[in-house]
Amino acid sequence: MSAEISTMDNLNQIGTDYKYGFSDVENYIFKSGRGLTPEIVTKISNMKNEPQWMLEFRLKALALFYKKPMPTWGNTKLLNDIDFANIFYYIKPSEKQGTNWSDVPEGIKNTFDRLGIPEAERKFLAGVTAQYESEVVYHSIREDLEKLGVIFTDMDSGLREHEDLVRKYFATIIPANDNKFASLNSAVWSGGSFVYVPPGVKVDIPLQAYFRINAENMGQFERTLIIADEGSFVHYIEGCTAPVYSSDSLHSAVVELIALPGSHIRYTTIQNWSKNVYNLVTKRAYAYENAKVEWVDGNLGSKLTMKYPAIYLMGENARGEVLSIAFAGDDQHQDAGAKMVHVASNTSSIVVSKSISKNGGRTSYRGLVKVYEDAKNVKSSVKCDALLLDDISRSDTYPTMEINDQDVNIEHEATVSKVGEEQLFYLMSRGLTADEATAMIVNGFFEPFTKELPLEYAVELNRLIKLEMEGSVG
Amino acid sequence: MSNKNALLIINDLHAKIGDKTILKGVSLEINPGSVHALMGRNGSGKSTLSYTIMGHPKYEVSQGDIKFEGNSLLNLSPDERAKLGIALSFQYPVAIPGVTVLNFLKTSLKAVLKRDIPIKELRPMLKAKMQELEIKDEFLSRYVNDGFSGGEKKKLEILHLSLLKPKLAILDETDSGLDIDALKVVANGITSLNKEGTAILLITHYQRILNYVTPQFVHIFESGEITNTGNHELAFKLEEFGYEYFAKANPVASTNSTKEVNYVS
Repeated sequence: MSAEISTMDNLNQIGTDYKYGFSDVENYIFKSGRGLTPEIVTKISNMKNEPQWMLEFRLKALALFYKKPMPTWGNTKLLNDIDFANIFYYIKPSEKQGTNWSDVPEGIKNTFDRLGIPEAERKFLAGVTAQYESEVVYHSIREDLEKLGVIFTDMDSGLREHEDLVRKYFATIIPANDNKFASLNSAVWSGGSFVYVPPGVKVDIPLQAYFRINAENMGQFERTLIIADEGSFVHYIEGCTAPVYSSDSLHSAVVELIALPGSHIRYTTIQNWSKNVYNLVTKRAYAYENAKVEWVDGNLGSKLTMKYPAIYLMGENARGEVLSIAFAGDDQHQDAGAKMVHVASNTSSIVVSKSISKNGGRTSYRGLVKVYEDAKNVKSSVKCDALLLDDISRSDTYPTMEINDQDVNIEHEATVSKVGEEQLFYLMSRGLTADEATAMIVNGFFEPFTKELPLEYAVELNRLIKLEMEGSVG
Repeated sequence: MSNKNALLIINDLHAKIGDKTILKGVSLEINPGSVHALMGRNGSGKSTLSYTIMGHPKYEVSQGDIKFEGNSLLNLSPDERAKLGIALSFQYPVAIPGVTVLNFLKTSLKAVLKRDIPIKELRPMLKAKMQELEIKDEFLSRYVNDGFSGGEKKKLEILHLSLLKPKLAILDETDSGLDIDALKVVANGITSLNKEGTAILLITHYQRILNYVTPQFVHIFESGEITNTGNHELAFKLEEFGYEYFAKANPVASTNSTKEVNYVS
């Protein structure tokens, strides 16, 4: 209860702009030229001193990227506007990675200070990685977790220090030929997180990664792999922001989760890219027997997001949940959703998707529920609610069901509503301005999502919503 | 002549929704701390009057004026009117899913009183009022009017108003949908609100609630106009003779003239 109170306190103390839109002067160790060639891919791999198999993987992926067509769905117009030749594919911001903030170059440290990362780390996180452009510039993990054998590091260090584990799982969930952007990521990936939680270990407070793009026309391609061993638990949170530029940047991540039997992974994203960032991300999890995977996915920023977190329910009694919100303002299209693939019997999935569009923004829910032929006693529930704040915004739902067995229980429900005049009048008659009233209605609409966030993130999310609502009425 | 001390002065008010005129020349004065009952049939325009006083954007004032403490309300938004000390208890309170009652009350109080009441201070205030209204503690963490019974909705309205302590409370059919026990509790809430100095405009079509909340003035409302004004007696006569009898201004039925009302108040 006090949580909500402080949320509202925060809501009332806010400025009016995207406050993460600032940028730093570039002072980099290495910046690739624009465009993508096999030479750049080789250079990235060499600079990282990677094993030969990874270089070969990258070059094969690059060939796939050249060959694969653009998706013919989502927002094809915006997709085809991407100028791959204009992007910087690799930027190394500093020589070494800090494990202490004082080891991080001053300018970059200041940026993360402004983003509140060190403060959050002190208060409520078990570990942090901070990625700036292509590389993780800072990482830390609580000592006691390290002693228990928990690995939380950047993906590059993961490859160097735990090559066997990486080689065993890397690209097994999302192969390089999965889609054009997975191919691209596989070719030029850099940074991201590598997490391994040993059997039975419960990481009681969250691990966080923060991704920051600074340069104009930057391409950020982090790669994350999380392995929860049997009976373990981990909650991983990622946040992302970028400066406001007049031309576009590209963020294209690949995230693979492996939830071994009886484990539980929760993966929370608060995506708040500036409106010049394309966010084209492939996220997929395998949940083995009795395992549970949750994607808690918040999409507030970016120009175009196309992201459909997937869970393959591989073993009996595996459970999958996707809880997502999307917010689209002017010049934004959030094409987001979820995929649930019931491979085994007695599996269940829940999708709750909530979206808000305003000022001509567009949200789409795109989802798949697939049940394999021999999967018995499968339960799936999909609920999509869209809220439109005006007459010029748009929301669409594209659900797909592929059910190959009779013994299933599938529910699908979709609603589209508008913020009602009566709701606004009711709140205004109790003293709230039109903007405050709208923010309250919107916060309430997102509440099923917000309540799943750690308090600090819930506060931040409500604050962002409040910001977005200013001037949205009247 | 208008009474200079009046809290609310409505003068020849005409209001319409779209092309349809609903209020056709309403005049009414309410003094600080007084209790007025406005009685009328369904569809007579009672709710329109309450919405128009509160500033609902759907209703357009085409003639006349509403003055609160001497200043016209017509160009003010609903929240500005609330901040002046006017509150409306809704006939059909609106659900706000995902927003807790506590959050709603605290945000509203902060907006109206222009002071953020710390939770430590708010809690005991709430507790006392909630006991009076027979509201359970868990009520505060429920979503505003979401899945509430009729009685719970009306209790929340009165709880909210009793925290806001407005100068004028308009109660739009607060008695509708209440069983007799809930009615008594809500009526007591209204009476204590009045004792703390809030003037009441009680809109109803039954005499019933007036057994518990004693009005100084009763107005009969018909087809967008006040047709009769009197004291509490008028409500009893209405009960006896029915609205049809009062459909047209009836000098015999009226116990007081408007002029005398002003004088008395």
